[in-house]
Amino acid sequence: MSTVSVSNLSKIFNEGKANQVGALVDVSLSIEKGEFVSLIGPSGCGKSTLLRLIANLLEPTSGDIVVAGKSAKQSRLDQDYGMAFQQAGLFDWRTVTKNIELPLELKGWDKTKREARSREMLDLVKLPEFADHFPWQLSGGMQQRVAIARALAAHPPLLLMDEPFGALDEMTREHMQAELLSICAATGTTVVFVTHSIPEAVYLSNRVVVMSPRPGRITKIVDVNLDGHCNETTRERPEFFAAITAVREALRASGSHGHTGVGVEDR
Amino acid sequence: MSRLRSFAAAAKPFALGMGAVVIVWQAIVWSKVKPTSQIPSPAMVADALGGLWSDGVLLSSVWNSLHRGVLGFLMSILIATPLGLAVAMVRGVRSFVRPVLSALQQLPSVSWVPISIVLFGTTSTTVYAIILLGAVPSIANSLVSGVDLIPPTQWRAASMLGLGGLRSVRRVVLPAAMPGYLTGLEQGWAFAWRSLMAAELIASTGDLGSGLGNILTVGRNSQDMSLMLAGVALVLACGLLVEKAGFSPLRRRVLSSRGLAVV
Repeated sequence: MSTVSVSNLSKIFNEGKANQVGALVDVSLSIEKGEFVSLIGPSGCGKSTLLRLIANLLEPTSGDIVVAGKSAKQSRLDQDYGMAFQQAGLFDWRTVTKNIELPLELKGWDKTKREARSREMLDLVKLPEFADHFPWQLSGGMQQRVAIARALAAHPPLLLMDEPFGALDEMTREHMQAELLSICAATGTTVVFVTHSIPEAVYLSNRVVVMSPRPGRITKIVDVNLDGHCNETTRERPEFFAAITAVREALRASGSHGHTGVGVEDR
Repeated sequence: MSRLRSFAAAAKPFALGMGAVVIVWQAIVWSKVKPTSQIPSPAMVADALGGLWSDGVLLSSVWNSLHRGVLGFLMSILIATPLGLAVAMVRGVRSFVRPVLSALQQLPSVSWVPISIVLFGTTSTTVYAIILLGAVPSIANSLVSGVDLIPPTQWRAASMLGLGGLRSVRRVVLPAAMPGYLTGLEQGWAFAWRSLMAAELIASTGDLGSGLGNILTVGRNSQDMSLMLAGVALVLACGLLVEKAGFSPLRRRVLSSRGLAVV
């Protein structure tokens, strides 16, 4: 059974008004358990909208979404997924530790277990010395790492990530990418990952979903076959470059306006 | 020790300000613009305070007023908080309750005193009704504004954690709205205290224990200017006490943990 199943999904903003936008039109996608799927495409292609629909932060105009065998809303209420955004969205009145512990608190974990897990998470995002700081005392990149730690804390079966590493420096970004992959490999987590970086999508994913705007739709799905994902040398292998080229060509082919993959980074 | 020193540092400008008021006051008395029966000297007012103290009236009046004020204020919080949350979060409730709250907030609660006396007599029910009518709209309205100002990223973070409705109130909505809510509580206390004084002045007879308002009434009836000024000084001191001992530390804690400026 697929973890996320989206069929004939459409989302129209401001329907019936002059500023009506077809953010997504007739999108179908099925994501299997343990799969890592990236959504890539130029700004306005609906990749974030699709992620928010799966997360039930938006309601679709038409179509169906099934997450972990339930309605999107039920799986949100059951905390079946962890989520991280471009903006950290931490709670200002809670310390770093208390932010990370919140999902565990909601699941009814006891104090010792929560503390152990939050320490583990802080080590993972390399912020152990900031446990008792408040979010506003950290830099933007550090806040982002705390938000990622919060999303991962409960080891949810599904992770929804919207350009979570965008605000990080290159070294931290690569470290977080590798860590994310090893967590997923160890726990069998399914990930839906929005990015506008082709190498990031290729490095992380089993499949890269290429989208194009006006109206937002899926134009191609590129299979990536890099065995041994967690390897340091992955980024230097010919298969890696071949996959990057495949995604770039798919973006170019779907370019609805003159330029190639507008808004897509090539780093 | 450092706490004592910081208190001393904070108290210094206050003491200087009050000292200046007393000096100007004494200067006016010496200039003999009015007889001391109309403008008594600071020493005469201090005497009146001493008299109230030795009669035992001072402590009992302060206690009566302060505990009535605080009790009324706490009742206001208990009513205004769920009311404010309902108005802020339930669209149907908001559309018709918000205008009523706004209207009540601009209405001086003293105007309810005569009606209240007719309904409840000069009892503590009257006093509490006036306090509630003064404080509840102000606390509830501020809470609504506080909730309205919660950034969308926080709402989104709450809903992705599966928090909605009542569950989100304790963990996200109230803490996120806390700075605005706190301002509302301070304002609510100010309204409660003013309303109480007005009620005590107007409804000073009957089975109500005597409060600070009664000192003013007794002073007026006996044309005792020193006594009235002593009463005013006590009302002022009680207000300051609640502000400095209650709200200031609370505000400092809430704001500093959120990285907001502390004044």
